[in-house]
Amino acid sequence: MTATWIAVLATAAGCYVLKLAGLTVPQRILAGPRVRRFAELVPVALLAALSAVQAATNGQAFDVDPARLAGLGAAVVALALRAPFLVVIVTAAATAAALRAAGVS
Amino acid sequence: MPGCERAAPVGGPRADRQPRPVRDGIGLGLAVGVSGVAFGAAAVSSGLTVWQSCALSVLAFTGASQFALAGVIASGGSLLAGTAGAILLGSRNTLYGLRLAEVLRPRGLRRVPVALGVIDETTAITLAQPDPAAATKAFTTTFWCLYLTWNLATLGGALGAGRIGSPQAFGLDVVGPAAFLALIWPRLKSGRTERLVALAGVALALATTTVLPVGVPVILAATAALAGALAAPAAEGSPEVADCTSPEDPAK
Repeated sequence: MTATWIAVLATAAGCYVLKLAGLTVPQRILAGPRVRRFAELVPVALLAALSAVQAATNGQAFDVDPARLAGLGAAVVALALRAPFLVVIVTAAATAAALRAAGVS
Repeated sequence: MPGCERAAPVGGPRADRQPRPVRDGIGLGLAVGVSGVAFGAAAVSSGLTVWQSCALSVLAFTGASQFALAGVIASGGSLLAGTAGAILLGSRNTLYGLRLAEVLRPRGLRRVPVALGVIDETTAITLAQPDPAAATKAFTTTFWCLYLTWNLATLGGALGAGRIGSPQAFGLDVVGPAAFLALIWPRLKSGRTERLVALAGVALALATTTVLPVGVPVILAATAALAGALAAPAAEGSPEVADCTSPEDPAK
């Protein structure tokens, strides 16, 4: 079994156990306001960080790719216009693809 | 997608109309499930195989965590860091499980299949129902419809992306960052703490990119969430739930 498969299965197992824990663990243990707020804010912090890291870095180095950043910018515009999720994604990818086809790299 | 983030009081906009748990569940499941195409495409362009992408959708079934693992693999990061980040992202489902347990009251082995379906969308639609019978119907319908659609869409996206020679030429490298942004967009609009936490997370991750192993800076960003939670804990009462059923939801 490859390392990637182990990561895939460990992620699946971890995510499942976290879901099951909510159905099983007594309410009072996880019901504190700070714990709840932390769980709400974790996705905000992690997904914002992931978005920035994937948009602006490659490995351990900064990697400014104008087409990719323009694609992300187009996503922001689409989100501000309340576009549905898939429209946001397609807009971002199409913008980057169009710029690369036009010679921006 | 499983993982859409929407902060809104549940039940408000639909309180004055007839609840339609099955119809609403099918609609939400189909609308959100098709986003699996984006995950399948992103996962395969990240270097996961078609079967690894599908295994994540079948077994993990929580969009943000799935995208996160694929993202770290794409950037050549450590698998341990990628796995830890993905699991950390799944922690909010524990809190959804707490709320759902009150309404659905699953007992014994019945918890095993129910647990797989504990995600943003099912929680939002279940808690919006007026009584436990409608809530159970809504949960079951949404879960199965979304599960089937999400998995078929993942397979389609993965097979499609696998045929593309250069993912960059199609802009697939921006799918991940755009998806993450779309997932947190409603949260960013919902409060100042959310925006500060997001900015702090970005700053922490970018500032440590050149010195820490790939994948670790993103986990470090969780300290921004910790700081936000300590500075502004949740109000007592009903916790915020991602409500993906409201009309302005970007993930719908």
